[in-house]
Amino acid sequence: MNVISFIIGIVLVISAIVAIEAKKLITSVVMLSLSSLLAVVSFVLLKAPDVAITEASVGAGFTTAIFLLTLKRLGRGKSE
Amino acid sequence: MKKVVAAIIAFLFFVMFVSILNSDSKSLMGIPKFGEVNLAERVSSRYISKSVSEDAGEIIYGETNNAESGSANMVTSIVVNYRSFDTLGEVTVLFIATTGVAILIGGGKRQRLAISVNPILKISARIIVALLLVFGVYVFTHGHLTPGGGFPGGTIIAASTLLMLVVEDDKRVSKLLKFLEGSMGFLYVVIGIAGLIITGSFLQNFLPTGTIGNLFSAGIAPVVYSIIGLKVGAELSGLLDDFFAEEEEK
Repeated sequence: MNVISFIIGIVLVISAIVAIEAKKLITSVVMLSLSSLLAVVSFVLLKAPDVAITEASVGAGFTTAIFLLTLKRLGRGKSE
Repeated sequence: MKKVVAAIIAFLFFVMFVSILNSDSKSLMGIPKFGEVNLAERVSSRYISKSVSEDAGEIIYGETNNAESGSANMVTSIVVNYRSFDTLGEVTVLFIATTGVAILIGGGKRQRLAISVNPILKISARIIVALLLVFGVYVFTHGHLTPGGGFPGGTIIAASTLLMLVVEDDKRVSKLLKFLEGSMGFLYVVIGIAGLIITGSFLQNFLPTGTIGNLFSAGIAPVVYSIIGLKVGAELSGLLDDFFAEEEEK
């Protein structure tokens, strides 16, 4: 239980840093989605199922879709 | 007709503000004069001094009747019972955000996607969309019993809309959703004003709380969560539909 939360926390921090530093915007969006997904697991481990359900549907699902649709509409994948 | 409804709403707000500011009347629960506040009647003081360690009676799932809040999921009892005014504010923020997106990019014809979709994928997507819709409705109607509630339920409904919009090339979201969104926001305020009239506080629970664990329990909590779920689902579906509209020629 403790080891699993440590691993999840480390991967969460790494994915957040990659989301900030990535050259391609689409990599940032996918990494943001990954960090939301890991946050869901940590919320479940912290016994907060309400927050976990909201984070899974809004943070990992809907926000990613909105970001990808916006990227498609802007028509460029690279940050300036 | 519109002007009459607007006049009625403006009059109700006028009555609400006057009743809040009226310091003399006891019946309208106005703001008392300076220095004459009875702190023992205030909500925060009541909940701070409320004892939790002394005998509050054992609470048994499925048997306890007429509890103060009555919802089995305690997060829901905070979100749509004690702090319902905050939730009204959240719903308003989401409404303003989707309106802004609709003003910026909405209104065009349906955009054709560059990919061709397999018929097997189309038919299986229809089945999944039906299941997702039912699951979304389940999540927000059982918000007071199980984890979940109006906001996740509405987002799950919007996810089914997204799947339908990606797979079907010529589908658009129904115009009725705009009407549903507006009328649900109106109903939320109507429930709040009904609480103001019946009990004396805006959005206070005025229905019997029933047995803990039943579907029809916890007073107005399931009603309010159903309203929020339908409103959020309609809003986010409209938002996705705006993203699938064609861009205007400059």
